[in-house]
Amino acid sequence: MPSSPGLILEAGRGEKHYWRDLWKYRELFYFLAWRDVVIRYKQTVVGVLWALLRPLLTTVVLTVTFSKIARIAAPAGTPYAMIVLAGMLPWTLFSGAFSGGSSSLVGNANLISKVYFPRLILPASAVIVGFVEFLISLVMLALLMAWYGIAPSLRLLTLPLFTVVAIAAAAGPSIWIGALNVRYRDFTQIVPFLLLLGAYLSPVAYTTDHVFANDHLPAAWKFLYALNPMVGVIDGFRWAILGGDFPIRWPTFLLSLAVIAALLIGGIRYFRHTEKTFADVI
Amino acid sequence: MSDPVISVENLGKKYLLSHQSGNGEGLRHALERSFTAPARWLASRFRAAAAPPPKAKTEEEFWALRDVSFAVEPGEVVGIIGRNGAGKSTLLKILSRITEPTSGRVRIQGRVASLLEVGTGFHPELTGRENIFLNGAILGMSRAEIRAKFDEIVAFSEVERFLDTPVKRYSSGMYVRLAFSVAAHLEPEILIIDEVLAVGDAQFQKKCLGKMGEVSAKQGRTVLFVSHNMGAVAALCTKAVVLGQGRVIHPCGPTAGAIDHYLANLGAGTLIPLRDRTDREGRGGLRVTGFSLHDPQGNPLSHLISGQPAQLRLHYEAAPGTTSGRITGTCSLYSQGRHVSTLSSDLTGNEFADFPPRGTIRCTVPRLPLAEGGYLANLMIRRNGEIEDWIREGVDLKVENGDFFGTGRSVPATHGGTLIDQEWTVSADQSHDA
Repeated sequence: MPSSPGLILEAGRGEKHYWRDLWKYRELFYFLAWRDVVIRYKQTVVGVLWALLRPLLTTVVLTVTFSKIARIAAPAGTPYAMIVLAGMLPWTLFSGAFSGGSSSLVGNANLISKVYFPRLILPASAVIVGFVEFLISLVMLALLMAWYGIAPSLRLLTLPLFTVVAIAAAAGPSIWIGALNVRYRDFTQIVPFLLLLGAYLSPVAYTTDHVFANDHLPAAWKFLYALNPMVGVIDGFRWAILGGDFPIRWPTFLLSLAVIAALLIGGIRYFRHTEKTFADVI
Repeated sequence: MSDPVISVENLGKKYLLSHQSGNGEGLRHALERSFTAPARWLASRFRAAAAPPPKAKTEEEFWALRDVSFAVEPGEVVGIIGRNGAGKSTLLKILSRITEPTSGRVRIQGRVASLLEVGTGFHPELTGRENIFLNGAILGMSRAEIRAKFDEIVAFSEVERFLDTPVKRYSSGMYVRLAFSVAAHLEPEILIIDEVLAVGDAQFQKKCLGKMGEVSAKQGRTVLFVSHNMGAVAALCTKAVVLGQGRVIHPCGPTAGAIDHYLANLGAGTLIPLRDRTDREGRGGLRVTGFSLHDPQGNPLSHLISGQPAQLRLHYEAAPGTTSGRITGTCSLYSQGRHVSTLSSDLTGNEFADFPPRGTIRCTVPRLPLAEGGYLANLMIRRNGEIEDWIREGVDLKVENGDFFGTGRSVPATHGGTLIDQEWTVSADQSHDA
């Protein structure tokens, strides 16, 4: 017998080695993420190109509606399409990761009821799938920057940082709602709706300046608006990609970080609290 | 005696059965409860000294396991036997860490791999090759381990040619073979296996049983094995424990004794009522709702008697949309895990058109040719040749000793399962070279 300390299973026993266990299962994490990426483009004609086409087409439509039809003004010298794309990239990352993550547990019910592994792997690998698609869509960014002749600046090096923040922003709600979804399938209905509203409530097709420099909006509304964690993330992306005309508002950004951290910590706590009953409820 | 690798002490698992139809677990219910929580808290303060708060009448406690204790020594192959609903699956789920016990505890020494289903996590869109890696990882193998055993797995599965075909194009036999091959190459110290051998063709099943026997015998692995197939349990297991209604009804001991105890207690009426069975298969247009035994005059019987006439009744209800077609009833009888006989109006060519929406299909056997003992019956209703409802091990039958041959002597149970009408004569041999 190997001199392993032995595993004890009893009611309400907290996993002593929860995080170490999670690390031990990293290969499963890798395989699940890989599976989700691979099957997404199986039996498609253009395959991974979809990850490029979707942001491109959305950018075109949003640029036309907001810039040409609604005639929203933008800082001079920056093509409106670039403003939209700089917002689209983090938003697509967020919405892809969030919708994947929040349905990941229910979608893998057969695994949950038949095999043990730290359940946190499921929403985590779904979030990573969103990240992989994001990496592919960066090609779109390079192409559009070349098209408009925008030279990358050193600020672009901060993009990974904002990407991490965007992933964290998606991870918290994914984990929380993913766990809630196990018991209350209502969230399967709520999430697409939230994402639809979120696309308007986040500065994707317009800039935060349109909100914060708008004298018609009461200050309380602006504060509520700033509670949306994606406001800070998108601001960060615009600043990193397009520079000085799009400054980061530090109070807003720090508020976003605080909301993201709160959602992440709350999500993980709720998840770990309910994790043990998943197999009984799902 | 060495330390047990698995020790189970007073294990219990409680489920709450919700009797409300559906929305008891819904979000609205939870929101309502959280909004009314302050009021209820206040109420409870005032009521504190009085009677405990009334329990919600929609929930009922159900102990799937109760006070289960046993120990498994290293290298043992232990069979867990019991009827549907005896708690076997719940026990395996706790041992595999899928669900948490409500009371008691389990201590496990060593790496556990559990196989509660063949092909868990197989994805139909992925190729055979891809699924081997995915499934291996799900079962707890490392990538290096899978790579090292890859060729062996493929050879065992006999699907080399289709390795790069998505498994959705596999026949069900190929699918099962591939899935089992991955599982058969697991190398944990403790292997937990649920009724997975019930799938696949007979020849492959035999190969898997062989592989498992080899694994436990040669490599000293500890195996926990759940099966209804008493033949497999007897062949593989060194010990067995019998569960019934969530409790240990025969302690962990030599296999033969446990199997005898299990078989002797068949017919004790511990099956789940047919209406409550959720593990049924078929299209569901008609459902078997009951089963009863009668004599030819229609009087209900509690058991059958060898050599006596018997009538088996299959009660059914049709779903509102199911009004036309021809239906047939089937009752397949099993004894000690072996298929003994099939009573079926498919076989006799009796197809019933114009069937009533609620009715009874009756099968009369003029002289029951079954020996004394306990039998399990799979029940099935087909309509126009398609399976509408199929319940495995739906009911148990007890057959009492009777005078089948009309000799005044009964046939002992040790003389085997089926009684055949027979005539014996004796005559002198004619000598040719006289």
